[in-house]
Amino acid sequence: MLLRLRTIILKERKLDFKLGIIARPGSALSNKTGSFRSEIPVFKLDKCTGCDLCIYYCPEGVVFGDKKTKTYSFDEDYCKGCGICAEECPVDDIDMLLVEK
Amino acid sequence: MLTNILTKEDTHKQLFTMGHTGCSGCAQSMAVKLIMEVLGKNTIATSATGCLEVFSTKFPESSWNIPWIHSLFENSAAVASGIEAALQITGKKEGVTVLSQAGDGGTADIGLQALSGMFERGHDVLYVCYDNGAYMNTGYQRSGLTPYDSFTTTSPSGKISFGNNRPKKYMPEIAMAHKIPYTAVASTGYPIDLQKKVKKTLSIKGPKYLQIDVPCVPGWKYEPRYSVKIAQLAVQSGLYPLFEAEYGKVVSVKKISKRVPVEEYLKLQGRFKHLFKNEAGKAEIEKIQKIADENIEQFGLL
Amino acid sequence: MKKVLEGSMAISDSIRMAEPKVISAYPITPQTHIVEHLSQMVADGDLKAEYVMVESEHSAASVVLGASACGVRTYTATAAQGLLYMEEVIYNIAGMRLPVVLTVANRAVSAPISIWNDMQDSMALRDSGAIQLVAENNQEAYDMHIQAYKIAENPNVMLPVMVCVDGFVLTHTFEVVETIDHIEKVREYLPPLNMEYTLDINNPFSFGTVGEPSVYIETRFRLSNAINNSKSVIVDAANDYREMFGKYEGALIDPYKMDDADTVIVAMGSVLGTIKDVVDELRESGKKIGVLKIRSFRPFPADEITDALKNIKNAIIIEKAVSLGKGGILSCEIRDALYQHRINSVNVNGYIMGLGGRDITPKNIYDLIIKAEKQEDVDGEFYGLNNELLNKVF
Repeated sequence: MLLRLRTIILKERKLDFKLGIIARPGSALSNKTGSFRSEIPVFKLDKCTGCDLCIYYCPEGVVFGDKKTKTYSFDEDYCKGCGICAEECPVDDIDMLLVEK
Repeated sequence: MLTNILTKEDTHKQLFTMGHTGCSGCAQSMAVKLIMEVLGKNTIATSATGCLEVFSTKFPESSWNIPWIHSLFENSAAVASGIEAALQITGKKEGVTVLSQAGDGGTADIGLQALSGMFERGHDVLYVCYDNGAYMNTGYQRSGLTPYDSFTTTSPSGKISFGNNRPKKYMPEIAMAHKIPYTAVASTGYPIDLQKKVKKTLSIKGPKYLQIDVPCVPGWKYEPRYSVKIAQLAVQSGLYPLFEAEYGKVVSVKKISKRVPVEEYLKLQGRFKHLFKNEAGKAEIEKIQKIADENIEQFGLL
Repeated sequence: MKKVLEGSMAISDSIRMAEPKVISAYPITPQTHIVEHLSQMVADGDLKAEYVMVESEHSAASVVLGASACGVRTYTATAAQGLLYMEEVIYNIAGMRLPVVLTVANRAVSAPISIWNDMQDSMALRDSGAIQLVAENNQEAYDMHIQAYKIAENPNVMLPVMVCVDGFVLTHTFEVVETIDHIEKVREYLPPLNMEYTLDINNPFSFGTVGEPSVYIETRFRLSNAINNSKSVIVDAANDYREMFGKYEGALIDPYKMDDADTVIVAMGSVLGTIKDVVDELRESGKKIGVLKIRSFRPFPADEITDALKNIKNAIIIEKAVSLGKGGILSCEIRDALYQHRINSVNVNGYIMGLGGRDITPKNIYDLIIKAEKQEDVDGEFYGLNNELLNKVF
C-alpha cells in the first residue's frame, strides 16, 4: 500500500522569532494616545512658580519644561487630557479646554 | 524631578514611555513613571498579569525601555527570583536592579505564596505592589485589599449590603513579618516621598517591599483629574498610612499635615456613594472613621 | 565508565554534565532523589549552579522561566500533582520559546492519591507545546537528558523538553549505566546556550506581550511548526550522540525485532523491558513478534509509526494512562495515524494497564498476544483488573 506521506510540515526560513511574544523597547511611542482626550490643558504661564508638579503628576509623562525660565508645555500627540496638571497646579496656572470634535 | 525634562524629546526618552493605553488619569502609570526615573536603565522588570501589563505591552508595542517580562498572574516574584539567580551565577548582578511588579490581587491574593517564597529566600529584588484595591483589569471585582464598604462588582452594595464587608488585608505587615530589610508604603499623592523610598531601596541588598496607593479612575468612579487629590486625602484621613520599616520594625512615618475626616475622602468616589444615602450609611462612615483613627494611633501619624 | 547507578543518580549525573546555571525544584515523590543529588553536587561545588529552593512547583517552573529568559541553561524536575500544578507555567514557557529541560518522574494522579508509577501526569501536558521524550531504562535516562538540552536549545526549536522517566521503576532502581568520563566531550556535543533574545540591559526587549486576536493564532501556528519541525532535530541529536558517545536508543521511535513480524507491541517507558523479555522468548519458539518503542511522544511521530506498522497484522498498544471519557491516548493517536494514511489492514488493540503502579507481568503480555490473534479492534480496554475487588462490598 502506498503511503500518502503528510507534507504539511512547513519549512520556516528566517522568519521573525518575536511574533506575538517579544516587543521592541519603547515601541509604544508609535501609538499616539492624544485621541483619548476630550479636554486639553492650556499652560497660561502667568503665575507659574516653576514647582515642576505638573511634570511629577502627569501619568503619561508628556509634560516638559524649565524650572528656571518657568516655561512648561506638553506633547499634544500623547496627552490624554486627564486634567490632573490643572487640578494640582498650586497657583491655578493651567486651564482645561473642551476639545471640539 | 530627578532628571530634567526640558524638551519634548526628553519626554520621549523616559524609561516607561507614553503611547500606552492606560486610562486617562491612571495613577498606576504615574507610579511606574516615577519609579523608573529613580531606578534607571540598569533594571530588569517583571510584571504580573494585570492592567499595567496589558496597557503597556500590546504586541508589537511596548512602553518599556528596559528589559521586561510578563509570565503569569501569580508568579511575578518567582520569575524575578529566577532572574536574580541567573544574574548572580553569571556575575551580572552588580549594579542591576531586579524589579518585580504586581497589582494588589497579584500580590496579596493569588501571588502571595510566590512573594512569601521570594522574601524568605532573600533574593535581592525590589517588589512593588500597585494597590488599587480590586481586580480592576477584569472589571473591578473584590480583592483581599479592597477596603471596607467599597462597592466592587463582586461585592456590590444592595438593599441589605454596604459592599465589601471585610477590612482590607494588611499586606505591608505580612511583608514585615518576613523580617525583610525594607518595607515601605507610598502614595502617588506624594511623588517626592515615593521617589525617596524607591531611591532608598537602591542601597539595600535583599528583598524590599514597596506598596503604593494608586487610585483607579474607572474602578473607584471619580473624575480623572482627582487621581492625586484622592490619594492625598487617603493619607491625610489616616486610611492609608505611609511609613518605612526595616527588618520588621517601623522606622519612620509620614505625619499627617492637615487631618481630614474620612468623609472628605469617601465622598469623591462613586464606589462609596451608597454610604451617603441614609442614616445607616452614616453609621458605616463612622466605622470607617474608626479604622482611620486606629491607623493614626497605631502608627503615630499625628 | 560503567557504574551501578540508581535512576535518579544517573539523571542527576547527566544534568551535572550539562552544566545548568539555575536549578529550581520543589520536592515530590518520586522525583526527590534527583533533586537531592543535585543539591549535594551544588553543596560540594561539583556543579556550579544556583539551586533555588522554592515553595511550590509553580514557583519552581517560574524561577527557571525567569532564569531561562536571561539566557542561562536551567533545570527542574517534578511528578504527578507537582506537574499539574506547573502546567500553567509549562504552557507559558513553551509559548515564550524558552529551552527549559525538566524531568518528570512519572507518577499517578490523585484521587485516590498514589505515589506509584503511571503516565497520567505527563499525558495531561501533551498539548502544552513541551517536547516529551520517554526513557526506557536508566542508561537511556542518562543519555536522553543530555540530548534534551541539545534539542531544546536548537535555534529552530527553542522549546521546553520534558524527559519522562517512570517513577520508582527507574528513579529508585539500580542498573548498570555507562557514564561519560570527560565533561569536555559533553561541552563539544552541547555548546554553551546562545539565545537570540534575552533579558539584557544593553538590549532591552519586552517579553510576554499581549496577543490580540490579530496576532494570537499566527503565534500559536509558529509554535506548532516549531514542535513539528523538532522531529528532525530529535533524530539529529540521537545520531550525533551515537557518533560521539557510541550510545543509541532510538530517535523518535525504536523498532525491536520487527522485521517479518506480524504482531507488534507498542509501548513507552520502562514496561518495554518486560515486553522485550517476553518477545525474546516467543521469538525463540518461532512466533513472528516484535516491539515498537515510542521514544518521542510529542512531537508525535505519526508518519514513522505508520511506516513501521503498515505491513503487520496485529498491533497491541499498552499504555499507562487513560483519557477519561474517551479511552486510550496512545492507541487513539496510533489509530488516527493509520487512518490518515488510509491503512485499515492493522488490527489495533489498545489496553490501559499498570495504572497507579500495578505490575504489568509477562503473563499479561502473553495473554494479550493470544487475545490479539483472536479478536478485532479493542480501544482503551482496562486490562488486568481484579474482579474480586470490583465485586466486593466495602
